[in-house]
Amino acid sequence: MLRRRLNRLLGGDERRVDSRTIYVGHRSSSPGEPIIKFCDNRIVSSKYTVWNFLPKNLFEQFRRIANFYFLIIFLVQVIVDTPTSPVTSGLPLFFVITVTAIKQGYEDWLRHKADNEVNKYPVTVLEQGERTRKDSEKIKVGDVVEVEEDETFPCDLILLQSSRDDGTCYVTTASLDGESNHKTHYTVSDTEKDLETLNATIECEQPQPDLYKFVGRMHIYKNDQEPVVRSLGPENLLLKGATLKNTQRIYGVALYTGMETKMALNYQGKSQKRSAVEKSINAFLLVYLCILVSKALVCTILKYVWQSRPGQDEPWYNEKTQRDKETNLYLKMFTDFLSFMVLFNFIIPVSMYVTVEMQKFLGSFFITWDKDFFDPEIKEGALVNTSDLNEELGQVEYVFTDKTGTLTQNNMEFIECCIDGFQYKYRDASSELDGFCVADGPVNKVQEKAGRAKEELFLRALCLCHTVQVKEPTEQGPVDGLMDQVDAGVPHPPQEQRGFIASSPDEVALVKGAMRYGFTFLGLESRNMKILNRNNDVEMYELLHVLTFDPVRRRMSVIVRSNSGDTLLFCKGADSSIFPRVRQEEVERIRMHVERNATEGYRTLCVAYKYLSAEEFAQADAGLMEARLALQNREEKLLAVYNQVETDMSLIGATAVEDRLQEEAAETMEALQGAGIKVWVLTGDKMETAKSTCYACRLFQRSTELLELTVRTLEDGGRKREERLHELLLEYHKKAVQDAPPLKGGITRTWSSETQDYGFIIDGATLSMVLNSSSESNSSRYKSLFLQICQNCTSVLCCRMAPLQKAQIVKMVKNSKGNPITLSIGDGANDVSMILEAHVGIGIKGKEGRQAVRNSDYAIPKLKHLKKLLLAHGHLYYVRIAHLVQYFFYKNLCFILPQFLYQFFCGYSQQPLYDAAYLTMYNICFTSMPILAYSLLEQHICIEVLLDNAALYREIAKNGMLRWRPFLYWTLLGVFHGLLFFFGVRYLFSNPALQDNGQVFGNWSYGTIVFTILVFTVTLKLALDTRHWTWINHFVIWGSLLFYVFFSFFWGGIIWPFLKQQRLYFVFANMLSSVSAWLVIILLILLSLLPEILLVVFRKPRGPNSRQTAAVTPLSYKHLKAGQ
Amino acid sequence: MMASSYNAKDEDGHITVTGPGGGAVLRSKKPENTAFKQQRLPAWQPILTAGTVLPAFFIIGLLFIPIGIGLFVTSNNIKEFEIDYTGADTSSPCFNCSQNFSWNSTSPCTCTVPFYLEQPYESNVYVYYGLSNFYQNHRRYVKSRDDSQLNGNLKSLREPSKECEPYAYHNNKPIAPCGAIANSMFNDTLELFYNDPNGTSVKILLGTTGIAWWTDKHVKFGNPGGVDSNLSAVFQGTTKPLNWRRPVYELDSDQSNNGFVNEDFIVWMRTAALPTFRKLYRIIGKSSQMVPTLPRGNYTLEVVYNYPVRSFEGRKRMILSTISWMGGKNPFLGIAYITVGSVCFFLGVVLLVIHHKCGNRNNGAEISN
Repeated sequence: MLRRRLNRLLGGDERRVDSRTIYVGHRSSSPGEPIIKFCDNRIVSSKYTVWNFLPKNLFEQFRRIANFYFLIIFLVQVIVDTPTSPVTSGLPLFFVITVTAIKQGYEDWLRHKADNEVNKYPVTVLEQGERTRKDSEKIKVGDVVEVEEDETFPCDLILLQSSRDDGTCYVTTASLDGESNHKTHYTVSDTEKDLETLNATIECEQPQPDLYKFVGRMHIYKNDQEPVVRSLGPENLLLKGATLKNTQRIYGVALYTGMETKMALNYQGKSQKRSAVEKSINAFLLVYLCILVSKALVCTILKYVWQSRPGQDEPWYNEKTQRDKETNLYLKMFTDFLSFMVLFNFIIPVSMYVTVEMQKFLGSFFITWDKDFFDPEIKEGALVNTSDLNEELGQVEYVFTDKTGTLTQNNMEFIECCIDGFQYKYRDASSELDGFCVADGPVNKVQEKAGRAKEELFLRALCLCHTVQVKEPTEQGPVDGLMDQVDAGVPHPPQEQRGFIASSPDEVALVKGAMRYGFTFLGLESRNMKILNRNNDVEMYELLHVLTFDPVRRRMSVIVRSNSGDTLLFCKGADSSIFPRVRQEEVERIRMHVERNATEGYRTLCVAYKYLSAEEFAQADAGLMEARLALQNREEKLLAVYNQVETDMSLIGATAVEDRLQEEAAETMEALQGAGIKVWVLTGDKMETAKSTCYACRLFQRSTELLELTVRTLEDGGRKREERLHELLLEYHKKAVQDAPPLKGGITRTWSSETQDYGFIIDGATLSMVLNSSSESNSSRYKSLFLQICQNCTSVLCCRMAPLQKAQIVKMVKNSKGNPITLSIGDGANDVSMILEAHVGIGIKGKEGRQAVRNSDYAIPKLKHLKKLLLAHGHLYYVRIAHLVQYFFYKNLCFILPQFLYQFFCGYSQQPLYDAAYLTMYNICFTSMPILAYSLLEQHICIEVLLDNAALYREIAKNGMLRWRPFLYWTLLGVFHGLLFFFGVRYLFSNPALQDNGQVFGNWSYGTIVFTILVFTVTLKLALDTRHWTWINHFVIWGSLLFYVFFSFFWGGIIWPFLKQQRLYFVFANMLSSVSAWLVIILLILLSLLPEILLVVFRKPRGPNSRQTAAVTPLSYKHLKAGQ
Repeated sequence: MMASSYNAKDEDGHITVTGPGGGAVLRSKKPENTAFKQQRLPAWQPILTAGTVLPAFFIIGLLFIPIGIGLFVTSNNIKEFEIDYTGADTSSPCFNCSQNFSWNSTSPCTCTVPFYLEQPYESNVYVYYGLSNFYQNHRRYVKSRDDSQLNGNLKSLREPSKECEPYAYHNNKPIAPCGAIANSMFNDTLELFYNDPNGTSVKILLGTTGIAWWTDKHVKFGNPGGVDSNLSAVFQGTTKPLNWRRPVYELDSDQSNNGFVNEDFIVWMRTAALPTFRKLYRIIGKSSQMVPTLPRGNYTLEVVYNYPVRSFEGRKRMILSTISWMGGKNPFLGIAYITVGSVCFFLGVVLLVIHHKCGNRNNGAEISN
């Protein structure tokens, strides 16, 4: 969002030049003008064609560093005379590439199919007055297209004509943003009924992806008159992909086609988030690359040192070929180096990438499959948009949560209102028409009421000042039926059945609230709002302007003209945005109510009104029109006009709407805090409301000391804000940071009673002061002070936040010291920026549309699901993948180390220790399945315990299993095993007569014995680590060992016609016939696993909660520590 | 070894809950309640604790120590005699032969090395030759062979594989067998004489068969043209390896041990793992129950010195050894088993002590809580 805004600011001037002009129906006013070619209406979401699939796909695959590395190795093997045949690295690479290519090809084929379906869809186009059928892809910009009910729009259209009388049409954008409510779009006023003679041009901005933004201008030419200019906004634009509803037929002119439609522009993928684990992998990879290079270097150097001794380089029994002799010495050194690289290249596991990817892809299914995430209300479960971040869920340190719709249900209920300083509380659904009953009003005016006129004005304001639509009963014919009803004065269907649709549930609550008090909003038709008042009379108001709501202004207004001809402006909004714009004497009476309501956790809105004189209106009208027509900076201009109009109003009253907490919100928050996660609430709501929500969620406890940094506390001292800010920051810093006892591991222990908990509250205005302080030096200082305070508080509440500020905060924490992993959770469009900014973005499938869900990485139906998602799934995923990564490096290290050591015994000649088949199959077949099964199924601690014991989450915090220490441990383990395997067999081979018939074993037997020990040890090591043996684990672990044995028999049992050398012929079987070989295999396997077992037993669990967990799962927990 | 607890989690079967009416929608979206999808597969959750590992240590200790002792005793009972006949020292009998070695000399140089066996060798005695500093595992060397040719493939006989370079062709004739391994085949002739106390020297019969792997002799290696073919005819058109004194079809008079299936040749072709190695040369079969195979006394080793090793500072040995069920003499396994066994046993004791103490303390703490 930030980027988009920036783009607009920077690219502003350019864009104006680049605005496009469209001739409606291709009727150019000045025929000489060249018609600019726009792209056709073909949607191409597919990436490949039959022709370019192979090169393009290969190119893309080899752009991945791992694939490229293996390609290089492969090429080296092909070109240089290397110890292993190109097949050993070519086959796995080929396998990986082919599988990926097939998968991508299939996906692309599906896309082709979908594209064709869209592109060949028949549409009706008006051409020279005739309706012709065309394929959708043939639509050109400027064509007038006809769309019927329930059809989707074939391209972005400007609505010219609707079959509805009021010039509107209804649209759902479910396929675009998931919002299934009907949205009203309007025809451009003054377009002629006869589209054939319509002579008009449209000037509009170049295509841009924002679905909710559009600016344009239409010039209508009528018989040599001065052209009429009409502004075009998003309300005139019908987007491709949306569906026409409740409207028989519309005509529109194609504006953006094909790949330039907003839908197509939105297809472009989001920037990829990378998990911390991936970064760790890359770091480890670098280490192993260094090991690899140094191994190769050492071998190359030693080789030439060794060869310099007489008789070693070329003894009589082993002469070089002619070509070898002629090769330049340095070139030979270089190729030797490459050969060693190839020989040891298996240390960098190819298959790890494949396995990690498979683990992530398959593992994410467990989230979608989890029935605990299924919400019976919306009949949906969790959604995984990216599987790349599974393990990140186990690493979260900061949770940024939205309040409305996330912590609370966003299920608004009108609770009470305050009119002119008197409190009205709605007790129950009393049938009294005069449903008000006055509750405890201001102390001095108990049991009094405001004047009836004021009451009615207030209720009218509630009825008029909104953008709510009335949902029409579908079985009735379109509008006409209802209109007839109303006109005839027939009583309406019972009020409760009346459905309202609005983008904000507050508005619905308010309209419903007004309905209970006798004022019913009947709907809007042809710019007339109809209200049924207490006397069952229908009042009509002409809707002149809607000054739309936005989160920056935090208020909205309507300008209406009553039947009596008065022009009125009704405005409702947050107190902070209303109070400065009304007469001050009225404020005090209301303020008290508002604040009390807010502390009770209600959402409050203030309502004000203003009579507009004719001149005032004319001025406002002109201003608004002009601003709306502007192609550039339209929003800024509009804002200026809005601000100018919404002044000098009089306050009528305030409303209080309750927003209930989500189910188990408090438990979830408590669990998160118990897990050492810091929860920050970022809300646009006001401080008091948000604070009470925080208390209700137990984010703040009674004992929590609140540190407030808000506009109010800043103004307390009566000094300059800046000074006061400075003072407060220092004070809080002293309190929370300097005086606080040193923390262990950087995690606040919220459960311990000794330390004082702090809660921090800051509001948007103060935050921007902190972040954008006047002086540069202060700014960075304040920022770091602020961060330090926040990091030492258990919870932080940021209220009055604009969406961008939310993202700013997330970014600030994300980039702070230690780069903590952040998670944002929200449900509305205003949370999108922070969802995109955080490491992990979670969308809640709430009521405010699907924007958050679309932009999130994971979507869950309810907040309460976050607990299981983090504590159980996240924890398990992290442990699984961390183990997977460490294990992979380990098993390849002890795979290659013997091969490296063997070089010292074979004259540094790059002789491989293992047979090529073993080299190839080791990572693909023999050892890959057990770790994959482990990384999908392991539950080192079972899910119930993880959920009950939030503190377990801390054990893996800060990438605990992938830091350098555990990495070193695994590396040392690999080295130890490698040394043991090699030298154990080396001493056995000091007498190679190992069979009871005196026959001797050769080098391939040597390699096979080492390899057998290796495969068994590595697999059994995993078995030792497996805490959760399902039948799959059993099957896979014992299965792959069995497979190894069978394969070895098979591989050695046949003379393979395609092999140049039958090196392994009966080697394995002969090995098994030797008792000594059996004994050494058993000995070495046991010896290499012994330290592991010892470590497990010797390590005592530490930490305060160790006993508790140790009691539940003694080993798993201890092992976790041991494993590091 | 592991305390196990079978934890069959509340597996409520495979029942999918569907609503009464709108089943279709529900079923499609509601996750299936199967044990696998809910990660509730019944699982065995082994727990390693000191208590469970302890017996394992004792068992390992108690198993390994006897095995180790058995291995050690067995290895010690194997009689082995080794004699270096390289001729590197001026005093050694083969010094002249090693000094005057030339590939072109037509008359073989022989030397005799006397030695004395202090113990009688009762069972079958295996004669090995040992080479040191000979890199049979050098990559260039290992791959320099053509297994297809050795298997009797006629095409490969005429066109040896490129891997055999530079030992593939000589004077435009294909070399059979080709490659560096074959070319450098060990060709010293070793003969043993027992010097009877009464003065006569008895030649000891050396068995030439049974020294190569059975599968190698019968499957992997094969003469071209089948078993009964006339070898000299089959090998017509090929040439012997450069360093050989005789062509391959004259290795042995016995037809079944001639050509590619000559066992000396097959043994040599199995490349050794390390630069110091031994290869089985001959077997001295036990002739009768009463007489030891090699009685105590003086022996003479007669060497036809054909194989030069001094150019690369190599060594040649002749080894006489008896064999047990575990193979040749090698104390390593026995020592290793005894060591590991004792360490395990010791650790078991240590663990027992620690476990006993800590276990008590833990219990106390839990009670006090």
